[in-house]
Amino acid sequence: MKELTIKNVRRAGSDTLESVTVENGVIKGWNLGDLGTVVDGQGGTVAPALIELHAHLREPGQTEKEDLASGLAAAAAGGYGTVVSMPNTRPVVDDPAIVRSLIEKADRLGFARLRPAAALTRGQKGEQLAELTALKEAGAAMFTDDGLTNENARTLRLGLEYAGSLGMVVSVHAEDATLRADGVMNEGPVSEALGLPGNPAAAEAARVARDVEIVAQTGARLHVQHLSTARALDIVRDAKRRGLPVTCEVCPHHLTLTDEKLRSFDAIYKVAPPLRTQADADHLLQGLLDGSVDCIATDHAPHTRAEKERDLLEAPSGIAYIELAFPLMWTRFGEQLGLERLLDLMTGAAARVMGWPEPTLEEGAPADLVVLDLETERTVEPATFKSKAKFTPWAGESLKGWPTLTVVNGKVAYQRQD
Amino acid sequence: MTPATSLTGPRPRHLLDFQGWTPERLNALLDNADTMAQVLDRPVKKVPALQGLTVCTAFFENSTRTRTSFELAARRMSADVMTFAAGSSSVSKGESLRDTMEVLTAYKVDAYIVRHHAAGAAHLVARYSGKPVINAGDGRRAHPTQALLDAYTIRQEYGSLEGKRVAIIGDVRHSRVARSNAELLPKLGAEVVLCGPATLLPRDLAALPGVTVTSDPREAVRGAHAVMALRLQQERMNGGFLASLQEYADTYQVNEALMQHAESGAIVLHPGPMNRDLEISSDAADGKRSRILKQVENGQAVRMSVLYHLLVGRE
Ligand SMILES: [Zn+2]
Repeated sequence: MKELTIKNVRRAGSDTLESVTVENGVIKGWNLGDLGTVVDGQGGTVAPALIELHAHLREPGQTEKEDLASGLAAAAAGGYGTVVSMPNTRPVVDDPAIVRSLIEKADRLGFARLRPAAALTRGQKGEQLAELTALKEAGAAMFTDDGLTNENARTLRLGLEYAGSLGMVVSVHAEDATLRADGVMNEGPVSEALGLPGNPAAAEAARVARDVEIVAQTGARLHVQHLSTARALDIVRDAKRRGLPVTCEVCPHHLTLTDEKLRSFDAIYKVAPPLRTQADADHLLQGLLDGSVDCIATDHAPHTRAEKERDLLEAPSGIAYIELAFPLMWTRFGEQLGLERLLDLMTGAAARVMGWPEPTLEEGAPADLVVLDLETERTVEPATFKSKAKFTPWAGESLKGWPTLTVVNGKVAYQRQD
Repeated sequence: MTPATSLTGPRPRHLLDFQGWTPERLNALLDNADTMAQVLDRPVKKVPALQGLTVCTAFFENSTRTRTSFELAARRMSADVMTFAAGSSSVSKGESLRDTMEVLTAYKVDAYIVRHHAAGAAHLVARYSGKPVINAGDGRRAHPTQALLDAYTIRQEYGSLEGKRVAIIGDVRHSRVARSNAELLPKLGAEVVLCGPATLLPRDLAALPGVTVTSDPREAVRGAHAVMALRLQQERMNGGFLASLQEYADTYQVNEALMQHAESGAIVLHPGPMNRDLEISSDAADGKRSRILKQVENGQAVRMSVLYHLLVGRE
């Protein structure tokens, strides 16, 4: 296979312009000259492509919201080389044949690489375990009933034990569904003033606490998804101090938006778990800084515009923004986190959560790369999104840190056109 | 009639809640309701103020009383009234609010009066229609004309809301009437005490200015000039909020015995329809303190004033 050379790029923390050549899906070497096809990185920063641990790509069954082509193209445009898709599709990804067909289709598309998560329980019903061994062999990346909560603690325990014996991660949408009840936003002064049913912070904290105790009992590996409350983070932090194998992710929307946004009654801000308070957001950022939060995931959750134009009780939950996750984080928190820490939270840290090899830029490493323009401010224009969800809370905002090139498996998966 | 344009500051385009409504403008609205009340005392109860305008009552949730009150108010000001009831329409077949509004807009409606089961729906109608919207009750969120008629009724009694204490007792959690009063009355200088069993009384509402909460009804009515009983939806029993209707009535019913703890001339209000002998006793509902029928009557004048304020002298 012909080489691809990206020239005029720098590595994070370096000012030297270099070139990197890839061939046969791996990094062939640095500064080898203009071998094969040459792309000018224009002084951008090259890094291992980002890894997304939490995206809803809606295929099969809800392709009016998103499909593999639109979702993985959007991911590549966002600088992601690998995407873990959630299994709450129609049908649910609880069958090895579905896992295989998704991976085969995604490979043909040539955008970001797909690593589907499979359901922990059949139909994500939380009752009977799915065929975890066969699902793993088919290529499932992790097991989760995300989209639904694991109300039956014993089933979760058994699932953790079984998955643990396979060396697989189980991730959980940690909310006590009975405490959450019909809540559509964070419970607090804002929800009460607006007269909208609240989802209390205790619903998340109580569930995380329960799950931590199951981990303590079993020693099995657990990943907590989209942590949104200060209290739940404190429980995870405490679990880590106890040496328990618990990890967690936070989402940029929980860091940058609060329940105040719901005063607009715009369902674009309806998400599960809900947007919390500024104090929660500050605490989550602190967690990123002190290492108690393991990684950043987006919970990219596209819906049709018509669905999100419904009233707040009816509209489905979810914000879709995989294309602007890095620019959003870099623009808002670049100074506090620093480039290397931020990149690690979106690549290496995600790989460590999954037990995958550490992504590097060394010779022989997989050729999954991103080039980021850290300087140029651009306006967020949803009409240009590759995702089918062409609307976003950040429309019209000026962000920097946009990917200009994403290479997956040695091939160009995305290249900025202007 | 006092032209509303004599007031300073931008005139709110909608009445969704009381955001953007200054005390000055709210008082003008209540003053104007006095003028409207005089119209209602005439033999011919009609003025030409809204002639040529079409007002649509878009009720996505059933409420004959509120709809009738609004439609009469609009007709008495010579508006054409179009009734849209969601129950008998495509909404029940899954059409979205936005789709419905696009269809209604094609009828060249000049203003909407909206009732919906979801908080914020009136805001969405305002956004989608581009026309003035009066919120006739959206979920638990707001019922601003009800709060205005409550304020008007109290003002009628005492001349002003300034320094008055108003106790609102019952299922505060699910009540748009309570929320709208908690937003409006402090703007007019009154103090609001929200009272109910803890399961039906969100403590976070105490964050609103001029609002306190208590689960003790005697404490709530102490020093109160007006006591409002809220309707208790009997289906609340299913949600586990209450142990029994009997226990609720024994503790929180607004009755003459409870009113003994209020100011001597305190009045009794209820947004209707009443569950007699549940949240309110017959002695309180029918006694000399009761202003419940007066509220219904005042609702007409207040709604006429709101329509006038939003629709006359614009553009
Ligand atoms: Zn989730």
